Amino acid sequence: MSQLFFFLAGIGAIAGAVGVVVLRDPFFAVLALVGHLLSLALLFLLLRSEFVAAVQVVVYAGAVMVLYVFVVAYVGGRDEGDRVVALGERMRGRGPTGASLRAIAGLLAAALLIELLIALLGTGLKAIDTQGAPYAPGPRTFGTPAYIGQLFLTRFLLVFEVASFLLLIAAVGGVVLARRRHGLEEDTEGRPVLTPLDLPRPAGTGTMVEGVGGGAYAARERRAEQQAPLAGAGRPSS
Amino acid sequence: MTIAWYLAISAIVFSLGAAGVIVRRNPLVVLLCLELMLNGANLSLIAFSRMWGNGDGQILALVVMTVAACEVCIGLGMIVAIYRRQLPVDVDELRDLQG
Repeated sequence: MSQLFFFLAGIGAIAGAVGVVVLRDPFFAVLALVGHLLSLALLFLLLRSEFVAAVQVVVYAGAVMVLYVFVVAYVGGRDEGDRVVALGERMRGRGPTGASLRAIAGLLAAALLIELLIALLGTGLKAIDTQGAPYAPGPRTFGTPAYIGQLFLTRFLLVFEVASFLLLIAAVGGVVLARRRHGLEEDTEGRPVLTPLDLPRPAGTGTMVEGVGGGAYAARERRAEQQAPLAGAGRPSS
Repeated sequence: MTIAWYLAISAIVFSLGAAGVIVRRNPLVVLLCLELMLNGANLSLIAFSRMWGNGDGQILALVVMTVAACEVCIGLGMIVAIYRRQLPVDVDELRDLQG
C-alpha cells in the first residue's frame, strides 16, 4: 500500500516540477507548483514527518502560493513565446542562438542530476537501502508536533529565535520594497520643486508613513485639494 | 520503499529546478524554480532524518521553509517594484548590473 502511495506521490512531484519548468503561462506554473507541493507533503507523510507535512500544506501550498497568485494577477503573466525568436535573432550575429543556449542548459542540468545521483546513491551508507530507523507509533514519537516543539524549545531555541527575526526583517523589507512611491512635487510646467525645508529629505520620496497615505506631503496635498477642489484634478494620481 | 528512492526523487526535482532557473526568463518563474530546488533539498533532509530516526533534519527542513518564505517575500516585493517602475519583467532585459 505504501508503495502505491509512494509512486503516486513521486510521479505527481516530478510531473509538477516538469510543469513548472515547461509551462509558458506563469499562472499555470504556479498551479503546477501547488500540485508538486501537495505530492511532496504526501512523501513527507510516508517518511513519518507528520508535522512537516502539515506545515508544507498549510504554509507553503496555502500562504506562499496565494502570494504568488496575487503577484501573477497583478503583474500579469506575459507570454515568453513571442520573444524566443527575437532573442535568437538578436544573438545570431554573435555566438549561439537561444535554442542552442537552451540545449546547453539542459546538458548542464543533466550533468547536475547525474552528479547528485552519484553523490546521494553511491555513498557507502548501508542504511540507504533500508526503510529507515525503527518506528513505533505514539503520542510523542518521531515527527509528531510534540516532538518537533520539544526540539525547537530546547536544543534549537537559538535557531527558532533567529528564524523569527528573519521573518520580521523580511516582512519589513517586503513592505519597503513594494510600497507606493510619490515623485517630487511638480510646478505648473512639470519640473520638480525643492524648497529649503525639503533639503534633508525631499517630501514624497518615500517613507513608510507616506506609503500608507500619511505624513506631511499627503497632508499638504489634502489641504491643497480642500482649498481648490477643481484645481487638484490636474495632478496625476499614482 | 527504501530511503534511496526518496533521495532519487529529491535529486530529480533539484536538477529540474536548476534547469528552470537557467532556462526561464520571467523572474516570477525563476523564483518558482528556486522553490523547486529548495523543496528537493527539503525532501532529502526529511529522508535522511527518517534514516537516522533523528529530528534534526526535520528542524533544518522547517528552517529552510522559513528562509524560503522570506525569499519569496523579498523577491515578490522586488518584482512588484520593477513592474511599478515600468521596467520589463524579464531577466534578460534587466542587465544593467552586468559588469
